[in-house]
Amino acid sequence: MGKNSIREIIQNNIRNKNHFSDKVMPKVFFVMASISVITTFGIVYTLIFDSIKFFSQVPIREVFSTNLNPLSRDPSFGFLPLLNGTLLTTIIAMIVAVPVGMAAAIYLSQFASAKLRKVLKPILEVLAGIPTIVYGFFAYSFVTPLLMNLIPSLGAKNALSPGIVMGIMIIPMVASLSEDAMNAVPTIMKDGALGLGSTKLETTLKVIIPASISGIVASIVLGISRAIGETMIVTIASGSSKNFTFDITQSMQTMTAYIVEFTSGDAGSGTVGYYSLYAVGLILFVFTLGMNLIAQYISRKYREEY
Amino acid sequence: MRSTNEEQNKYVYDVRGLNLWYGDNQALKDITMGVEENEITAIIGPSGCGKSTFVKTLNRMIESIPIVRTEGEILYHGHDIFGSHMMVEELRTRVGMVFQKPNPFPKSIFENVVYGPKIHGVKDKKILMEIAEQSLRGAALWDEVKDRMSENAYSLSGGQQQRLCIARTMAVSPEVILMDEPTSALDPVATMRIEELMEDLKKEYTVIIVTHNMQQAARISDKTAFFLSGELIEFDMTHKIFSNPQDKRTEDYITGRFG
Repeated sequence: MGKNSIREIIQNNIRNKNHFSDKVMPKVFFVMASISVITTFGIVYTLIFDSIKFFSQVPIREVFSTNLNPLSRDPSFGFLPLLNGTLLTTIIAMIVAVPVGMAAAIYLSQFASAKLRKVLKPILEVLAGIPTIVYGFFAYSFVTPLLMNLIPSLGAKNALSPGIVMGIMIIPMVASLSEDAMNAVPTIMKDGALGLGSTKLETTLKVIIPASISGIVASIVLGISRAIGETMIVTIASGSSKNFTFDITQSMQTMTAYIVEFTSGDAGSGTVGYYSLYAVGLILFVFTLGMNLIAQYISRKYREEY
Repeated sequence: MRSTNEEQNKYVYDVRGLNLWYGDNQALKDITMGVEENEITAIIGPSGCGKSTFVKTLNRMIESIPIVRTEGEILYHGHDIFGSHMMVEELRTRVGMVFQKPNPFPKSIFENVVYGPKIHGVKDKKILMEIAEQSLRGAALWDEVKDRMSENAYSLSGGQQQRLCIARTMAVSPEVILMDEPTSALDPVATMRIEELMEDLKKEYTVIIVTHNMQQAARISDKTAFFLSGELIEFDMTHKIFSNPQDKRTEDYITGRFG
């Protein structure tokens, strides 16, 4: 076939090309992309709308009290026990997840051989794929009895065990994201430190980690956000005690577990107890949204360092 | 320690029968050469000839590539750098390195210069300030940065960054400075400033510089080594290499017939 006839075919085809899909497909993509945005707005709308009903019946001062007793004849809605439960389990989780996750990230990115990393990283990420109900069961039926050997006064439901297990669940998240951040530090920068006679460990601590701190902090903040929102583990292993206490060996209820209890229980639609779910949901939403915004802000702020 | 050896050996670096492989690919073939004190030795050759590999072997940076295997001896002041009595960190404080691309740390200008001394235990703030000033003066950067020491090193231009890296290397008081194409990422003006600097460096340091730029080698070096396909083809006084090369291949390369 001659050059001219190929040109003819191409020119013919290009003129007859159907431009319909080029016009329609972007619109389809736009609609798909909008779905998640619209859903988010829908959720926020519901939360705010029904929360207003709650806050119009319960004074703010009561919300910030320690007395939570939603089902009594004279109910009271102090959310501090729930905030406390969420805060303590989250802190315990991060005490486990940050050091272990960081150490794993440092090992994988700086010390493990390429071969070993190829094996270890997928295994670590399997942890992230385990359903949280399994973690909850693991906390209740394995970790709690184990801890009872060390702390005889530990309750069958307590904050410590689910906190630790949440930490284990978050390790892969912290490790994987931090490792990505450390791997993104240019090799030539690392060589600069090694070339000045730093050991591998000095190079990691003094150059690699400071250079990737934004990614590391972002991974930790996302981990916190995950811990705050985690539901199943704390529902199963931390129970539903609404006491305001700092004793982590005892049962305490988190915000998420409170919502589980009341959506599966018998808070009648339209009651104050029913609307309290939305208020707690709104607080939870604000918390995790805030954490995600902080994570984004941090990773953007330090991005242009090198 | 073979201290008698140290006195007898007039070479800073005495390379004997060095072979190096990346996996199955041999990158350096039986290299034997000596580098003398307070001289600038230029290493030239076409891309892939092994010149970068060679200088990276001199301070064992090449070992960060796991598949590398070496054979032969490199004596540094008479001591085998692969020997068990030579710590790699010690070697690298005595032999500094400047890289192809400026690679400052994402820290302040001051923190960049004093990184080495700090890591190696110098804590006194006054001494660190002195080191910083001396090194930055040595790298002809002091006047440009003395009022902005706490700014991030990445606020500097590329040429300034490279001089900062030279200052950072000088701050640990090395005996030798290895330079791996230090001007390849710089514009002509910045290149000229670094070449001017080389003359001063020579007074205090032994310099080994890899360059793909033959004019640069001719301008700044005392001796020139020509590498081709992993072999050391010719090693002699620079003026001799460029005016009267002994090997046909050297002549072909410096007259621009290939490369």
